[in-house]
Amino acid sequence: MKIEGRAWRFGDNIDTDVIIPARFLNTSDEKELAKGCFADLRPEFSKEAKKGDIIVAGKNFGCGSSREHAPVAIKACGISLIIAKSFARIFYRNAFNIGLPLLECEDAERIEEGDRLRVDLLKGEIINLDKEEKYYARPIPEFMMKIIEAGGLVNYVKSKK
Amino acid sequence: MGMTITEKILAIHSGRDRVSPGEIIQVKVDLALANDITAPLAIKVFEELGKKEVFDKERIVLVPDHFVPNKDIPSAQQVKFVRDFAKRYGIKNFFELGDVGIEHVLLPEKGLISPGDLIIGADSHTCTYGALGAFSTGVGSTDLGVIMATGETWLRVPETIKVIFNGSLKRWVYGKDLILYLLKEIGTEGAIYKAIEFAGSTIKELSMADRFTMANMAVECGAKNGIFEPDEKTRDYVKKAGAKEGIYLSSDPDAEYEKVIEIDASRIDPQVACPHSPDNVVSVNEIGNVKIDQAFIGSCTNGRIEDLRIASQVIKGKKVADGVRLIVIPSTPKIYKEAIEEGIISTFLDAGAVIGPPCCGPCLGGHMGILAEGEIAVSTTNRNFKGRMGHPESKVYLANPAVVAASAIAGRIISPEEL
Ligand code: SF4
Repeated sequence: MKIEGRAWRFGDNIDTDVIIPARFLNTSDEKELAKGCFADLRPEFSKEAKKGDIIVAGKNFGCGSSREHAPVAIKACGISLIIAKSFARIFYRNAFNIGLPLLECEDAERIEEGDRLRVDLLKGEIINLDKEEKYYARPIPEFMMKIIEAGGLVNYVKSKK
Repeated sequence: MGMTITEKILAIHSGRDRVSPGEIIQVKVDLALANDITAPLAIKVFEELGKKEVFDKERIVLVPDHFVPNKDIPSAQQVKFVRDFAKRYGIKNFFELGDVGIEHVLLPEKGLISPGDLIIGADSHTCTYGALGAFSTGVGSTDLGVIMATGETWLRVPETIKVIFNGSLKRWVYGKDLILYLLKEIGTEGAIYKAIEFAGSTIKELSMADRFTMANMAVECGAKNGIFEPDEKTRDYVKKAGAKEGIYLSSDPDAEYEKVIEIDASRIDPQVACPHSPDNVVSVNEIGNVKIDQAFIGSCTNGRIEDLRIASQVIKGKKVADGVRLIVIPSTPKIYKEAIEEGIISTFLDAGAVIGPPCCGPCLGGHMGILAEGEIAVSTTNRNFKGRMGHPESKVYLANPAVVAASAIAGRIISPEEL
């Protein structure tokens, strides 16, 4: 699976309250949730993120609550992948479950806002087209890859029947 | 090689003799939980799977507790959606106003949790039940929707970090201070994907309320679960709650730990987590002059009767400082009633507090005490992320109920010693 997109840069410990503040949680409609994505931290995000764009962040991305609204909102904004140094565990499950892949990469900090990236998910290879650099992410566990290939946990469970 | 208590529970629920850290296993779930925010998404997932029935009508618990009493039309719609689902599928444990409280206080109180159980909830603080020697962890809505259909889920067996607290606690120091102190030591990512096992002489002496508070905040360390070896205190609690007896497991002497952390608890003072992270912790004596606009006593961390007793003891006969709003929310109707009977509610009212109905309230900035721009709150809750309790430019400090009560009276964050 290959992904190409522009980087949106975030820092460490981006928590779920920042990804989608509680005042937006009175719905589960993904278009509505997209409007609240990073509403306080980066109000321009939900309007300017383009289909295929990639979020790049530091450690412990998605810490905090179990609200699946967080990855749902990010995906509904068009984001195709999140690259971070590490992820909080519930966020990690949730993102794969809804078909949003994540990559853990120590070199994430070398990527800057706006860099164009080409990513090979299977190989865990990230090419920074602007910087002409290559980084390697930890390979996605086989089980998670199956979920992504099926398009999320629901399809995966259905396909097993 | 022996096993930890967490590994033993996971082995039992995966039908195996033993499991090891790092393995991905399929487990049977004893209880599945969702709330008014997470249930609607889970229900949609369940319906997409096209099953005619839930895996077990008695083993699903739906607790609308976040935005209730419904704060606006969309929240009312969400609860209605959950209520209709509960009716349609005959789900027994659906709790509504009058009977509802904060999920993580309510479930143990209603006798739904026993030692050795495996509980999965679509709420990150599901880890609270580790206090009873159960394995419990939070997931998102899709995982929960699948569990409602199949009664099973996959888990990665976590490595365990053992945290040993020894020594007797100083006055005004509680479970909250121990877990905040640990957060200061290891940070919010100190236990990512891991189990935290609490042990030591301090832990043996702790009340169930304090154990719940500590297990509750295991997730703030990034942990998958926090767990206590069940003992006579557990047995008393479970029996009073009317739960089934459960299984009393303990870690083998030769169990393997990823790390063992020893802490001298006798030296710990009341702790305060400063904005905007639960690991930004200092001792209350080092906090300086922090004026507050609001004080909140409640939540799944510290809204139990023991917490209200401590706070009312500090407040009795005194008045909340001018310009400070003190909000108290008993976590469940049972706690509310006990607080009335013990005169605790009168004490709070006389001091100038306002009492809210059992719900999450301002803990997550939902309703009943939202902060304005620039305002500062001290709170017994578990998270102080930017904007957690309202305006993105407001601030939240986390502390134990005695510190919050004393601060409400002083108008700034202080130790109860100073009153
Ligand atoms: S009280 Fe706060 S932390 Fe606990 S379940 Fe409610 S919102 Fe979550």
